[in-house]
Amino acid sequence: MALSEQEVLKIAKLAALDVSSQDLTQLSAKLSNVLDLFAQLQQVNTDHVLPMAHPLDKVQRLRVDQTVADIPRDKYQAIAPACEQGLYLVPKVID
Amino acid sequence: MISSMNWEVVIGLEIHAQLACESKIFSNAPTAYGAEPNTQANIVDLAMPGVLPVLNERAVELAVRFGLAVGAEIGQTSVFARKNYFYPDSPKAYQISQFELPIVGKGEITIEVDGQHKNIGITRAHLEEDAGKSLHEDFHGLTGIDLNRAGTPLLEIVSEPDMRSAAEAIAYAKAIHELVQFLEIGDGNMQEGSFRVDVNVSLRKPGALFGTRTELKNINSFKFIEKALAYEIDRHIEILESGGEIVQETRLYDPDRDETRSMRSKEEANDYRYFPDPDLLPVVVSDEQLAAIKASLPELPGQMRVRFEQDYGLSAYDAQLLTAAAVNARYFEALVAELGAQQAKLAANWMNGELAKALNKAELTLEQSPISGDALAGLLVRIVDNTVSGKLAKQVFEAMWAGEGSADQIIEAKGLKQITDTGAIEKIVDEVLAANAKQVEAYKAGQEKLFGFFVGQVMKLSKGQANPAQVNDLLQQKLKN
Repeated sequence: MALSEQEVLKIAKLAALDVSSQDLTQLSAKLSNVLDLFAQLQQVNTDHVLPMAHPLDKVQRLRVDQTVADIPRDKYQAIAPACEQGLYLVPKVID
Repeated sequence: MISSMNWEVVIGLEIHAQLACESKIFSNAPTAYGAEPNTQANIVDLAMPGVLPVLNERAVELAVRFGLAVGAEIGQTSVFARKNYFYPDSPKAYQISQFELPIVGKGEITIEVDGQHKNIGITRAHLEEDAGKSLHEDFHGLTGIDLNRAGTPLLEIVSEPDMRSAAEAIAYAKAIHELVQFLEIGDGNMQEGSFRVDVNVSLRKPGALFGTRTELKNINSFKFIEKALAYEIDRHIEILESGGEIVQETRLYDPDRDETRSMRSKEEANDYRYFPDPDLLPVVVSDEQLAAIKASLPELPGQMRVRFEQDYGLSAYDAQLLTAAAVNARYFEALVAELGAQQAKLAANWMNGELAKALNKAELTLEQSPISGDALAGLLVRIVDNTVSGKLAKQVFEAMWAGEGSADQIIEAKGLKQITDTGAIEKIVDEVLAANAKQVEAYKAGQEKLFGFFVGQVMKLSKGQANPAQVNDLLQQKLKN
């Protein structure tokens, strides 16, 4: 199955990746190859097979609803590029 | 001029109810509202590399409670999925949610509009984490991010597009709100954002396929649901009747301007590329757990309303108010236990009357009421045994509200005890009749409406303390002759 360059650009945009025009052709071919592998898988009859949600045959362990209030905010914020009044600062996201 | 005659409105709701958990859904950071920014966001909530989510068992239990209460199939094996999108208040760049196998499947809830009952389908309800908060002002062109709310446990309740008017949408939202509070799975506080409503609306000609819908986001009051819908329905009609097409998009309701406006086009944003979260294993609710949760369910508001109407002879309106939240129902049942079932109507009148008025005025909830159920019962007992009249009881109530003591202490201290001694009342009646000979003559000549005047005079002279029923009887006897 061949992915068009437009589709690759859309996927790149959704993943917030900057794909250069030089890489585009090669990337389209590579991704198309991956889809070919899935196309092979899709030929297998899975009518009576439950979808696998996780490769480990285990169930989720749950945690008791208890808090640990000790949160060293200053330590966490020391590695952030910018903070003010306890807030993390990021480039403006709305106009 | 807009005519809505030819259009059928189709509405579906997505409600996010914050679950009553102490800690986050996948971390042990606290969920309390209003803390200093980022003091409740630990390394899991901050999405530090290498951390893993661990699911909160209480969130699972509360979701199952909800599912059972709406008669839904419970997903005894449910799976968490990643919903991928980029936004700085979501530090992992995905939200952990549920997609293909939610914890709560199809259910339904009954609403009532203008005396008509209607069942509204619930498509599903799933567990997910909340995002953080972005503050766009005052940071020299930057956005401030507070991740305290990130990871707060939410139950997203998705309805079928079964509602056909704003009134039905509000009735449904209120029914879910009431149920969430009743089951004590969430506090339903809309101002603090622990109960948020997204409204999907489209128009069609009756019988036609669904039209293109728009989604109105994060409406935080029932009144705004109505206003946002009114605006949006008019907007759809205007576009459709002038031959235009509705664009599928998310719109934000602005209460200040009473309008909706486009937030983002869905076309691009809704490609969330869900896939099962490899950090979380499937969640299994065993038959035993399910049975235990089922056994712990309280009587539901609908069942309770019917019982209140049948056993206590209450009006549908009173029953509705008394079952609006579990705390109301508990308060009422405690009063009835104290006073006996035959006084249920009196208890309902006082709760929905004086008490509700006073709480409203002071902007307090029933839980914060300065007059406890026991204290109010103490007053109502004195009405039942004729110690105080209903009218003077209101004075006692006000004094109790002001913290002046128990009903008995106040009645004693203020001398509000009702006069039930027939001899004493008769003396006052005689006095009044003697002092108003002219009116007595007029009454006997046929001006019967003067009766109220005599009652008033007697009550005035007795400082409101004469038993009104006895006053009536005595006056009737004496004026007959």
